[in-house]
Amino acid sequence: MPLSVTRSLLIIAICAICTFSERLFPFLLFGNRKVPPLIRYLGKILPMAVIATLVVYCLRHIDVASFSGFVPELLATAVTAGLHLLKRNTLLSVVGGTLTYMLLVQLVF
Amino acid sequence: MKDQIIRNSFRYSFERSLPILIGFFPLGVAFGILMSSVGYNFLWAGLTSLIVYAGSLQFLMVSFFTDETSLVTVAVMALLLNSRHLFYGLSFIETFRTYGPWKYFLIYGMSDESYTLLCSYKDREGVSEKWVHIFSTALLMIYWSSFSALGGLIGTWIPFDTTGIDYALTALFTVIFIEQIKDSPTSFPGVVAIVSSVLCLLLLGPEHFLLPSLTLSVAVFILMRSALEPRISSGEE
Repeated sequence: MPLSVTRSLLIIAICAICTFSERLFPFLLFGNRKVPPLIRYLGKILPMAVIATLVVYCLRHIDVASFSGFVPELLATAVTAGLHLLKRNTLLSVVGGTLTYMLLVQLVF
Repeated sequence: MKDQIIRNSFRYSFERSLPILIGFFPLGVAFGILMSSVGYNFLWAGLTSLIVYAGSLQFLMVSFFTDETSLVTVAVMALLLNSRHLFYGLSFIETFRTYGPWKYFLIYGMSDESYTLLCSYKDREGVSEKWVHIFSTALLMIYWSSFSALGGLIGTWIPFDTTGIDYALTALFTVIFIEQIKDSPTSFPGVVAIVSSVLCLLLLGPEHFLLPSLTLSVAVFILMRSALEPRISSGEE
């Protein structure tokens, strides 16, 4: 271990406290009063927006300058989406897409 | 009767958690292996996963453990990387209000994955929404911590090449996104978020686009509220 036990535990504690505070924040702000209509509207509309953003976040290192920088991601995502539109089985789509990606980055590119 | 509902809720939660179990396996193990590679054994990996319980931040923490990062930097990075969590609770303020102390457990355990699981909950006969949320959150936390500890144990002795296995997370979010589009009366929020995040990614680069992109999306939703709100509500009630 490069750091002392105390310092390592301190890092874990800080990360845990920061994470929990952010998760708690909206509840502290609106916990005991009626949620304003604007906030309720955002609560309804945000889940899809956040997930869409996370998809882009997961693909953020794509590099269109070389084939190996984007073709595996493109094909694997096409396989994932294609499988899901055909069979609508989450497990199958995730495993199929991941295997496609692993085969592509290990054997082809 | 109540016991039956709790049992049904557990079974339902377990079924719904299975895709995430698969998605967590490579990531949790990868985190454990990374931790062991910098000298922290399986107990540290398991403990970090249980206490912090925030995937992308934990991978960043591995780099905190290897150099003399100041504790202020650690705090700022943790807040920035998890800033999307500021938005997650908004969807559950009213739902959690009647849950008593369990509310704090659900808030503590609200990772990206449990958020999506909770969001996609649909009422069904014989289960309680509260218990489904509690069991789902607890199961995900147990999976994540166990896989992290397992990764710490097996260290570098994996007999196959795992390169690319981290794509599982991308695949999972892609599938959840498709499900949301199919279930929602409009896919407009998703289109706005994709345009906004691609734009911010191109302008600001891969490490700094997340929060600006979410802020931009929220701004668009607020500006277009009068047009969007009727379309969002038409699918429910």
